[in-house]
Formats: sequence, C-alpha cells, structure tokens
Amino acid sequence: MLDLTYETPKPKIIAGATHDWELVIGMEVHAQIASNAKLFSGASTEFGNEPNSNVAFVDAAMPGMLPVINEFCIEQAVRTGLGLAAEINLWSAFDRKNYFYPDLPQGYQISQLYHPIVGEGEVMVDMEPGISRLVRIERIHIEQDAGKSIHDMDPNMSFVDLNRTGVALMEIVSQPDIRGPEEAAAYMVKLRQILRYLGTCDGNMQNGNLRADVNVSICLPGQYEKFIETNDFAHLGTRCEIKNMNSMRFIQAAIEVEARRQITIVEAGGEVNQETRLYDPDKGETRSMRSKEEAHDYRYFPDPDLLPLEIEQSWVEEIASSLPELPDEKKARFMKDFLLSDYDATVLTAELDSAAYFEAVANRRDGKLSANWVINELFGRLKKDDKDITQSPVTPYQLGGIIDLIEHGDINGKIAKDLFEIVYIQGGDPAKIVQDRGMKQLTDTSAIEAAVDKVILDNPDQVEKAKANPKLVGWFVGQVMKATGGKANPKAVNELIAFKLRL
Amino acid sequence: MSDLNKLTLSAARDLLRKKDVTSVELTEACLQAKSAGMALNAFVHDTSEVALEQAKAADNRLAEGDASSMCGIPIGIKDLFCTKGVPSQAASKILDGFRPEYESTVSQKLFDGGAVMVGKLNMDEFAMGSSNETSIYGDVVNPWKVDQRNLTPGGSSGGSAAAVAGDLCLAATGTDTGGSIRQPAAFTGIVGIKPTYGRCSRWGVVAFASSLDQAGPMTKSVRDAAIMLETMCGHDPKDSTSADLAVPNFEACLTGDIKSKKIAIPKEYRMDGMSEEIEKLWAEGTEMLRDAGAEIVGVSLPHTKYALPAYYVIAPAEASSNLARYDGVRFGRRANISAGDGITEMYEKTRAEGFGPEVQRRIMIGTYVLSAGFYDAYYNRARRVRTLIKKDFDDVFAKGVDAILTPATPSAAFSLGDMATMDPVQMYLNDVFTVTVNLAGLPGISIPAGLDAQGLPLGLQLIGKPWKEGDLLNTAYALEKSVGFVEKPEKWW
Repeated sequence: MLDLTYETPKPKIIAGATHDWELVIGMEVHAQIASNAKLFSGASTEFGNEPNSNVAFVDAAMPGMLPVINEFCIEQAVRTGLGLAAEINLWSAFDRKNYFYPDLPQGYQISQLYHPIVGEGEVMVDMEPGISRLVRIERIHIEQDAGKSIHDMDPNMSFVDLNRTGVALMEIVSQPDIRGPEEAAAYMVKLRQILRYLGTCDGNMQNGNLRADVNVSICLPGQYEKFIETNDFAHLGTRCEIKNMNSMRFIQAAIEVEARRQITIVEAGGEVNQETRLYDPDKGETRSMRSKEEAHDYRYFPDPDLLPLEIEQSWVEEIASSLPELPDEKKARFMKDFLLSDYDATVLTAELDSAAYFEAVANRRDGKLSANWVINELFGRLKKDDKDITQSPVTPYQLGGIIDLIEHGDINGKIAKDLFEIVYIQGGDPAKIVQDRGMKQLTDTSAIEAAVDKVILDNPDQVEKAKANPKLVGWFVGQVMKATGGKANPKAVNELIAFKLRL
Repeated sequence: MSDLNKLTLSAARDLLRKKDVTSVELTEACLQAKSAGMALNAFVHDTSEVALEQAKAADNRLAEGDASSMCGIPIGIKDLFCTKGVPSQAASKILDGFRPEYESTVSQKLFDGGAVMVGKLNMDEFAMGSSNETSIYGDVVNPWKVDQRNLTPGGSSGGSAAAVAGDLCLAATGTDTGGSIRQPAAFTGIVGIKPTYGRCSRWGVVAFASSLDQAGPMTKSVRDAAIMLETMCGHDPKDSTSADLAVPNFEACLTGDIKSKKIAIPKEYRMDGMSEEIEKLWAEGTEMLRDAGAEIVGVSLPHTKYALPAYYVIAPAEASSNLARYDGVRFGRRANISAGDGITEMYEKTRAEGFGPEVQRRIMIGTYVLSAGFYDAYYNRARRVRTLIKKDFDDVFAKGVDAILTPATPSAAFSLGDMATMDPVQMYLNDVFTVTVNLAGLPGISIPAGLDAQGLPLGLQLIGKPWKEGDLLNTAYALEKSVGFVEKPEKWW
C-alpha cells in the first residue's frame, strides 16, 4: 500500500426524537465482469441486442447442457482482487443457489458461497483532502447474472429476456465499515474508479453493470466501537438489506430514508425486522420485498457439473505484474511530480482517460498550468457540449501547444482563451493560428509605451483621480489592452502605467 | 442370411467388413425385429427413416473402405440422450414434444463412427427407478419369462437391456447413476459396463445426478462392450468433468490372459439373507477366475453398508436441483393454467402433472436433505461417507488388487408390479451392490454368469481401477469364456 497519511471521517449522526444515532453500512456490490462472453457459455454479453439473441443452449438450461468456465472471467476476478489488495484463493469452488424464477432458467444460480476466489482486501475511500475511510473487503466471489422478466408488455403475459442470463458478475462484499450515506456513495465511486482502471468492469450503472445491495443498521454512539473491538454483531442494530440500486444518488437517499425508518421504529419501542427491502425513489421510501413465509431457503450445495477451480500462483503473479497504476498511486504521483493540489489530482485521476490526457499535456510543461487548462477550460467546455474526454475535439498536443504559447509569452491568458475556442471549434495548429491571425501579444515595450502615453495624455482627469486612488490604475490597463487589441503583455502594461503615473 | 438381428456387434462388424452383409440388411432386420417386438415396449420413438438413411450412408463408407468398428451397426439409444431433431424426453411427460436442437456427445461419437440409430429406448423416468415401471411410456417387459409372468428388465436402462436381450438391435447405450446399466444387464443376461466417471461425456445427456451419471454400452458380449465403449468415450471440452485422457484400444486388451491378476472378494458384499443361488454363483465365478490363473484374495470394504443411504441422499439432492429447469417456461410441457393463476401456480401445476410419483419423491427427498438445518446432517454426512467409500476402494487397490468380484444384483428379475405396493426402500435395495461403484467413480461391468432355478439369468459384477477399463474388460472377457453363457430367452413376443 501507499504511504498515505489520512484522517478518518466522523460517522454521520442522525438526531432522533430521543437520541442521536449512528449508521453502520455494509455493501454488496455486483459488478459485471468486462468480458465478451458469458461466465459459462460462449454467448455474447453485448448490451442492447434483440431480446433472447445472446443465448447459448446452456444459458437457456436446455436438458443435458453443461457449464464450462470462461477463463478470462476468472482472470478478471483475480485482477480485481489484486487491485483491491486482496488475498487470492488458489482453490475455490462453485455452488448452486437454488430458487425458482422464470428469468433463472436452471432453477439455480451458480455462485461461490463456501469457497470464494478472492478473500480479504481493502478500499481507501476519499472523503475530503486528507480525510479517508478505509473500507475492508470481506470477499469477492464470481456468479452468474439472471435474465430479465418483463411484465409490462402485455396485460396477460410476462416475457423473459435471457440475454443477461449467465453473464459473469463479481460480488464484492464489504465489511460494515461505512458510516454514512455520503461514505456509501463515495465507496461506490472509488470502487467504480478502481474497476475501470483495472478494466474488469465498465462501471456503467445505468445499464446495471454496477449495482449495489446496501445493508443498513443503526446504533447508539459508542456501540460501533464495541463491535469493532469484539466483532460481535450483537452490539449493532438489526440490519435491513436494500436491494439492487444502480445510482449513487439513490444509494444515498435510500440509506437516509431507511435509517430514519429504523430510528422511528426503535424510538417507538419497536424492533427492526431483518429483511430485504426495495427503495422506491418516486415515493422516497423503502418497502419490504417479501414476507417471512416467502423467505427463500436457497439450498446451497457444491455444483457437481464443475470441478473445483484451481489456479497457479505463477498465473496470479503474471496478472499482478500486468496491473496498471491504480488511482491512489496515480494521484500521489501527480501531486508529487506535477506539484498538484489534492483536489486537482483527484479530479484529474477520476478517470483513466482524463489522467492520460493530462499527462500528455503536462509532459515537460508546467503541471499546475496544465492542470488549470485541462480542468477549467477543457473539462468546462466539454461539459457544456455534454462530451467526455475521449470525445474532445482538442488533442493533448493542441492544448500543449496553447500552453507553450502562454509559457513563451507569445499570448496572454485572455488571448489564450480565444485561441482555445478557435482550436476547439475549427481545429488547427495553435502556433500557426496565432501567427496567421496576428494574435501574438506585444512584448515590444516601445509599442506598449506609445499606447500608455496616449491614454495618459487623452485622460488627464483620470490621471488625477488615479494619483489620489491608485486602485483606478486598472482602468488604464483596460484602456491600453483595448487599444492594443488585447495583445499587450499585461505584466508589461501594469509596470509601465505604474511607472508613468509615478505611483 | 437370416436372423441378422441376432448377431453380436463384433460378428456383424466382421461380416460388414467382408461385405458379406450390408448395413441396410442389418438395419432392416433390426427394424423388423423391433416391429415384431412391440410387446416388449422397449422402443419409444420410431426413427426407422433416420436409421435407413444412416445405414445407406454407412454402406457407402464401408464400400470406400471405412473400417470403423461401429460403422453400419444398428443400435438403440436410451431416451436420456438428446438426439438432434428426434424426441428426447427422458421418458417423462414433462418433456412432452421436446426435440433437441443438439446431439449428445456420446451419440454424436457413435454416429460419427457410422452407427445406425434404430430408435430411442424406454427407461425409467429421468433414470429414476430399478424396474422400468416409472416410464411415461409404460413398463418395459423382460424378454425372459417365468410361468407366463411378465418380468421387469430392471432399470433404469430397461429398454436398452430388453432390446439387446431380445435382439431388437445389436447393442444399445445406457446410463448408470447407481446401477442403471449393470442391474438391467444382469436381469436380461447381457453385458453392461459403466466406465470410470469422466470417461464418457455427459454433455447432452439429461442429468439425473451429475456427480454419479455415466454413459456406457449394453451389449451381447464383452468384446462388443469393448468395441462400443471405445467409440463412446473420450475427452469432451464441453463437459468440465470429462477426463482429458487418451482412449485405449479396448478390444486389443482382450487377451483372456489374467494369470497372476489379483481378484478381490469383499466380505461386506455377503449380505444377510442373500439367496443361496447368488452365493453359489459368486463362488463359482471366483473359482473360474482362480482356474484361469488369477490370485483370489479376501478384502474388506468396511463402509459398504453406508453406501446405499449415502447414495439415496446425494443422488436425490443433485436431482432436485438438476430437475428445477423443468418448469414449463421454455420447453416441454406446460400445464393448463386457470385465470388468475400466477407463476407459482404454473410451476406447481406443471411439475405436479409432468413428473411421475418416483421423480416427485426424489425431488422432495433431495430438497429436504439440502434445506437449512438438515444440510449437515444429511448431505454433508453423505459426502463424508462417499469419501470413506472411495478410500475403501483406494486402500484395496493400493494393495495390488486388480479387480473386485461381487454379485451384480441381490436377486434375479422380479415380476412387474411386484414392487408397486412395497416400501420404495425395497426397490432401492436393488442397487446395493452397484451404488458403491458410482459413489467411488470406478468402472464396473456386469456379465451374465448363469441361470437361477427358475431359469432366469443372473449376473456377476467386476469392479476395476479408475481408468483401467481395458484390464477390467479383459478380466470380464476371461470370466465370460469360463462361464460360457449362451442361453437366450425363448421368443414369446
């Protein structure tokens, strides 16, 4: 791990009618493994295809069909484990989780209950500069996704789409280390970032490729510390699991309302039932998914169609040696090598593509200046057009050219912004544009001096005022800039005016 | 040439190679025998047209000099194997109308070798039964008869056994989860081998209990079994439990020489109340092997008595999960549902109507032993027993034993209907000598060894070392020669 010094954030406190309450949150994140083929079949995983077009016989659980492990999915899970500094289990096994549902053709989901492929790891969740929560990962296991039941296409019938059936998922299970809704969302953000860096999950929450089940309980201040000390869950409240959330906003909101619901129950002398709940964003509430009588007994047992999964340490090491630089390392390096602030480094490393773009720009240039241009100008402009960094019409080479012109004193900041807009809209080589359009700033002091002299001569009243109030010097600067078409070097203008007015 | 259907596979092969007979002639003889043998109720789906096409193609291949052993041989395929475009229902109502769009690996290998499919064979529903009385197509009748009583051919591969014993085809595929090849082979006086678990691909075979299921041949002689097994087995990347091992030339293993081979007689297989006839048969078999030059040793397989209960926990547990896919959603038969019925009612009605009582019983047992609170007491304990049973065998083989000789069944074939009123456990006792072999994943072969006092065939079982089917077949071949079993059922159908 990196040697990062940080402070732990304070847990969120919610004031109830009688007490203050703290939250304890654990998350089970389902991340679709980035892979072209499914976990146990060769069928495509492409999103948005015609219903039931990505279906192999085994996905439809046709009689006599058998699963065969897709090795690439295993590699992706191992890579994820390594990226979360987790223990890799060289021996793992698949189990069947049995339940009936039309979008689960086999009548069981192949998962890993007893022997997951990845053991304990950790994620550093950044809350504010210097303040981070270390969330421990309990395990990661591999499992099949289910299909989709469609109930709203016909009044009398339901339809099933098996395109998603059998797609590989990683279930990343955290310890109950998350202490508030904001931390939960930040954990998701960080996890998503790491997965995207690793290339093991595209993190597309809208398509459901990353979604979370959130376990929420409440406790009185001090109880959590007792739990940490003893690892005895009796110190904590009864948890409820809010299922299947695919937006950071919903995660936060759901935790908030669920915590309040539990507080209301407990403060009224009631008891929270351990159950699975769904968040309804329209009504802003969570509600029970199934009653106790409907509770499933999943009858887990080892899948006899699959031999235990044994992998070699050397293979794990091979994967480890190919791991990319991860967000924490990259951020630290940016802060050190480019002298960036924590904030700038965080923004620039949020996405691998942004970081790569920035590095290309900042290479042998001023880091801070490059960061400002990438974050403020480029990101701002892209956002206006609803584009992401990969769609930027301005290449790092072009932006670097603009920055070079600034650094060499060829153009000033204002002209640079105009130039950027020209490059953004029309493209072209910045240096050539400046040359062709005469945008070079005046560094010839005699020309600037002439302009300054003219402004002073034409405005004796202003000169008097400025002498009395030196703050008015800005007015002169503005006039000179106007007279020179904005091309005068602002520093030189300032110095000359101050000199001429004897300020 | 008359009675071509009565040929052994190997004799037919030799005649085909010599061009003394054509596959079409052989096939037509079998199709006629099949039509004449309706009373046996062995075949369930007619594939005569496919058979004749395949036979013509095989004749072309033979004319071009194809020397594949199975080329042109008419065989029957158990209904548990998925055969492309041909009804494959595992003898269950719930798979009504199901025609797979794929061919099981085992049947594909046979067809690639030029074998001809005479038809699909009756069986116990989902291979669950030991008397072929649980089939949706009705009981299979054993070609052997006593006092005009209809006897069971055994199960679950009862159709395969009856078809081969009754000369409706030259050989057949079977599957064996707890004895489903070996017990019916013994009941009908034919040879049946269950190879080592992982030898034959399970891809495309309707699953009963995945960790126990194995396909194998059911034939008229040990040589036939060697020939057919060689074509059926081999590594299949589509089945993760299939072994990546080369397939030996099994027929070449049949030297008949078993001098100084060590054959073990396990004392735990001498059950209380075992009939004298079985006892005598076993002793005679032992002497024959001794006379052939084998060394006979007594051994102990101490956990044998726990095998049957362990089997009847593990097999139903896996079955309860394997059969969950028959839900009326995607294929097979869906029950008519009433207005207002939801998905739960659809499942309940479909499965209640689609599965027979024995299948339902095993699903319920399996569901029970896997449920929370009972899992450790039943399923996990049964798995531990299984490990101990496997170790029993490992220990015996580690002492230099080459094969183990046991009876194949506790009795000869019984009357159809006899078990109807009995406790199901009585039926399960049929598997007492065979389930250990499945639990340990070993190869086992049943060969006819004599007739009982009523004139019904009895079988002996030889159990071999893992992946040593060649040696096992050779020992069986030596015993077959000594026994000289030539009796055939008297044709009554």
